[in-house]
Amino acid sequence: MTLYQRDRTWHPPALAPDYKTSVARSPRQAMLSLDATASELSGPRFGHGDIAPGENDLITNYAQGGDPVGERIIVHGRVLDENRRPVPHTLVEIWQANAGGRYRHKKDQYLAAIDPNFGGCGRTLTDENGAYAFRTIKPGAYPWRNWVNNWRPAHIHVSVFGHSFGQRLITQMYFEGDPLIAHCPIVKSIPDPRAIEALIAPLDLNEAKPLDCLAYRFDIVLRGRRSTFFENRPEGN
Amino acid sequence: MDYLKETPSQTAGPYVHIGLAPAAAGFDIYEHELGFDPVPEGVPGERITVTGRVIDGMGAPVKDVLIEVWQADASGRYADSPEDFRGWFRVVPDFETGVFTLNTIRPGAHGRHAPHLSLWLVARGINVGLQTRMYFPDADNAADPVLNLIEQPHRRESLIATGESGAYNFDIHLQGEKETVFLDV
Repeated sequence: MTLYQRDRTWHPPALAPDYKTSVARSPRQAMLSLDATASELSGPRFGHGDIAPGENDLITNYAQGGDPVGERIIVHGRVLDENRRPVPHTLVEIWQANAGGRYRHKKDQYLAAIDPNFGGCGRTLTDENGAYAFRTIKPGAYPWRNWVNNWRPAHIHVSVFGHSFGQRLITQMYFEGDPLIAHCPIVKSIPDPRAIEALIAPLDLNEAKPLDCLAYRFDIVLRGRRSTFFENRPEGN
Repeated sequence: MDYLKETPSQTAGPYVHIGLAPAAAGFDIYEHELGFDPVPEGVPGERITVTGRVIDGMGAPVKDVLIEVWQADASGRYADSPEDFRGWFRVVPDFETGVFTLNTIRPGAHGRHAPHLSLWLVARGINVGLQTRMYFPDADNAADPVLNLIEQPHRRESLIATGESGAYNFDIHLQGEKETVFLDV
């Protein structure tokens, strides 16, 4: 078993100077390429004992007697691998700012208010078909100290495990039609516009709940795995 | 060819702790925060402590990093169910000093691979999570196939912790003279 090579021309490069923090935090030496070993082909497993029911509902999972303010949405999709196979029972974690663009983090000093009923994180396991869903509030844009007047588009951070440590991925989901996407140096750290497109979740009216909440769809693709030649079995792995 | 492309990575940003370590971010939301459990008492193996810092190209500690650790158990076996010694940890440094501490057990050798911890680092300014390994200064690393892939012998030292008797230090240099070897796995 091995992993498909990561296409590092598709991912953002380590050094993307318009994203200023990357300048001092990017290695200058070439990475050592390594055909995955047991350390990368294995990875942690999570079960239903690890998470509590309702942790994928950010509208209620930190509510202090009321509802959070903002646009109620469902974010859902499937986790697949590059072979289009679903990745079942894998941990998906998200975090985000509130409707005003403020994070519940002691280091966030932005003047937009904290929402007393909104924590901003959730987690779930994919089902046997690789499907996951969260209910949340659409996050607001927020300013950050990069260029003088940089604003992050509305985004949700997404962390996915897959079944091996070499598949580990953190990314950000953006929202269809957001005009800030085209201006963001973090988005534009990705060189290929098709790759940026893969991070933009389309509005999904079919999954919206009438008179309740809208929906966005975000499918996530993890690295594929294949058998190495001598491991091939007729029934496949 | 009907393959999909991997979802492109993005930085975890400055507030990664909200999602993956909310207690460190300053709030209590989950009954059970993943990755921070101590090694259960019954698990065999020598208890060890690893401290260290992640250091940027200017020599400053990266105080907003989040590190994940993946390792074999004392016999060199990787867990394959949540009931085993999980072998997976999350580590967040002190936000003031940038010093992190990991309490775990010493992993056993796996095949020809000398005992090691696999590390994955994410932070603001890191566009794709960085993979590396920590090896032990008091183990026999001579035949390790990964260390031996490193062309320049002095760079191998960047993957070997210092210290002894179960208390180790491992600084990770993102850039510069002492730059750590990162793996494109």
